[in-house]
Amino acid sequence: MNLATFWFILVAILFTGYFVLEGFDFGVGILLSLLGRDETDRRVMINTIGPVWDGNEVWLITAGGAMFAAFPLWYASLFSGFYLPLLIILVALIIRGVCFEFRGKVDSVRWRANWDRAMFAGSALPALLWGVAFANIVRGVPMNAAHVYTGNLLTLLNWYGLLGGLVTLSLFMLHGAIFLSLRTTGELRARARRAALRIAVAAVPLAAAFLLATQVSHGRPVTDVTAALAAVALLGAVAAVFGGREGWAFAGTALTVALAVATLFGDLWPNVLPSSTSAAFSLTVTNASSAHYTLVVMSWVAVIFTPLVLAYQGWTYWVFRQRLTSSDILAARPLAPIQEAPAPPPATELNTVDHGGV
Amino acid sequence: MTVLELSRWQFGITTVYHFIFVPLTIGLSILVACMQTAWLRKKDPVYLRMTKFFGTLFLINFAVGVVTGIVEEFQFGMNWSAYSAFVGNVFGAPLAMEALLAFFLESTFIGLWIFGWNKLPPRLHLATIWVAAIATNLSAFFILAANSWMQHPVGYRVDPGTHRVVLTSIVALLTNSTLLAAWPHVIFASFVIAGMVVIAASAWHLARNSQVDVFRRAMRIGLAVTLAAGIATAVTGDIQARLMDSQQPMKMAAAEALYNTSDSASFSLFTVGSLNGGQELWSVRVPYLLSLIATLNPHGTVQGINNVERAYDKKYGPGSYKPVIPVTYWSFRLMIGFGSLAALLAFVGLWLTRRRRIPRARWFYRAAIWGVALPYLATTMGWIFTEMGRQPWTVFGLMTTAQSVSPGVTVSSVIISMTVFTLLYGGLAAIAWWLIVRHVKAGAPVEAADPDGAQPRPVLSY
Repeated sequence: MNLATFWFILVAILFTGYFVLEGFDFGVGILLSLLGRDETDRRVMINTIGPVWDGNEVWLITAGGAMFAAFPLWYASLFSGFYLPLLIILVALIIRGVCFEFRGKVDSVRWRANWDRAMFAGSALPALLWGVAFANIVRGVPMNAAHVYTGNLLTLLNWYGLLGGLVTLSLFMLHGAIFLSLRTTGELRARARRAALRIAVAAVPLAAAFLLATQVSHGRPVTDVTAALAAVALLGAVAAVFGGREGWAFAGTALTVALAVATLFGDLWPNVLPSSTSAAFSLTVTNASSAHYTLVVMSWVAVIFTPLVLAYQGWTYWVFRQRLTSSDILAARPLAPIQEAPAPPPATELNTVDHGGV
Repeated sequence: MTVLELSRWQFGITTVYHFIFVPLTIGLSILVACMQTAWLRKKDPVYLRMTKFFGTLFLINFAVGVVTGIVEEFQFGMNWSAYSAFVGNVFGAPLAMEALLAFFLESTFIGLWIFGWNKLPPRLHLATIWVAAIATNLSAFFILAANSWMQHPVGYRVDPGTHRVVLTSIVALLTNSTLLAAWPHVIFASFVIAGMVVIAASAWHLARNSQVDVFRRAMRIGLAVTLAAGIATAVTGDIQARLMDSQQPMKMAAAEALYNTSDSASFSLFTVGSLNGGQELWSVRVPYLLSLIATLNPHGTVQGINNVERAYDKKYGPGSYKPVIPVTYWSFRLMIGFGSLAALLAFVGLWLTRRRRIPRARWFYRAAIWGVALPYLATTMGWIFTEMGRQPWTVFGLMTTAQSVSPGVTVSSVIISMTVFTLLYGGLAAIAWWLIVRHVKAGAPVEAADPDGAQPRPVLSY
């Protein structure tokens, strides 16, 4: 395996990390208003991802940086070609990012309702558009001999791209719902589990159709296996939700996302951005990559620091592993001197459902 | 407007905006870490209140800095794809390192700090804010490594086959003399901003005689930090000036609008009249100062714009290698002027608050509150100077800004994105400003005793 392929795999791993991690916090963001019946619910939900969402998002920044350093031409053609979708993603990530910090700072129903809407849009749009983007990368885009994208926004909104978008949207919602059922208690936990089953009704056929369409047009034997495993993991996740095994269910959707990303990148290789205009214009692992020295330097950096990142991020998840209850939230005083007006806690709900979970 | 002009405006707007939030994050993260350290050592609740008050202010600001930072990384590819393809081999490396070495640490440990107040042992919790603060300062190192390479490219060669630059030494890139001067300059300037923010918030309360126990001490911290960092910013800036004179003589000449090479060159504090090299109407000049800044010798030779232009015409081919002179001229002195005023204010404040005194003079509080604008204006002018002064180059001597722009992006796309960013950023600025002012006015609440003692209470949460 040459260094360029090693970096292709590394970029794939970084995007896998991004989608597995930010996938569930997108899901929680989308479900915030749908599952959170009152302010306490919603604060519990936000606080399940509070300590980790920013670290999750850095996987994207690192993937972008790795692409820039290791495959400058891929980065250049992709980011300039997908200009408007990336603009929408950026706007969504900006609104969503400040929402975490700003939402609780003012004690006003209208203020919070507006931020809840922002959280929904800011989570749903990227969840949809990342799928559209990656489906189109695998499918290939119109690109001339200078590797300049020649299509427009509508070019990307083809049926396969849109299907890819619906898959990531529904998969992340499922992933998020299962995450919530794993990290909360009582009524909210039960509601999250019911939501997961309802979302699965859409997510499973969408994912199956997308993986099938992908493998029919772009598949190779290895990725046929990963695609099949992704489907198995997804079904396993749904079965685990049924059985009340939330930990296994979460592992299942995490694995589904990881295997789906592996399938897409596996189908893409050795291209990085195929040209639908002419195969000769495609960007490949070879013609888009940086020179040897840059890749060597960056390989050392990655080999040393990626395990460290995994270790301390893993530790963070361990520190915040306990299920959140509404009493945690009611006891919490936000730093802002304006206090939340706590809703009276329905005491009977607390910790009454506490079975399953890994 | 062309795609090039629009893209330049957009990059300028988004980057200047991003750097409103970044320096406060850099400086205040360390100050908050120091406050929390003081609390843990002295067990004095005043320091805990201070930590939480400035910690919350820090987090409101941090949120906007983080989200506007993603735009910065994406914009290279979106609007400057020709640049990205040309320099990715070299420029991408520090960007990827910034994310992997600094951003992961920063984001993860900020999360641990916010939510870890009652989950982690006190010393470990203190360590999380220190790790986050150091990571923030480290991120500045990597992004300035990238920027310094654009000002003064080192450790590369141009590949004859691909006509793109190729990295030859990562060590050279990370020990670039330009970087080693720029990093401390930016860090110290960030501490001036953090110090002035602490001063302004404290002044608001001291002027009203409220929470004096917290804010008198905070005021002294802010004043000392601002003055010390202000002096350090001037010293490092002075070192940068001589590097600039040897590495980017055009920028040095443009900083003074000096058209013809001169010995014993004077430095004008300001000029009335045009800066096109014609007769100026009136100016106030300090004799020998420009020569002294540029060469450390009052009689040293400073190259003029016309002379450098002729040399560049020969070296790079006929063309115009002048930046926009009024912009470089004014941004350079306004940077120095605003920065000096901030340091002066801190000096006066230290005198007025000597030996546990609390100043009565209302003018001081008014100056201290509105003075918070000074270091922000200074850093903004500094970046406008350093980036506009490099024009017409994106990478000095290697690639011009005109060659850098994305070939496939349309005018309408950039108009849309620029409009969206401008409106969104304007709205965000208004909300963040409102939240910060509100937070400052509410002050540092007294820590209530825990009613049941044992119950974990995540003090900071969303």
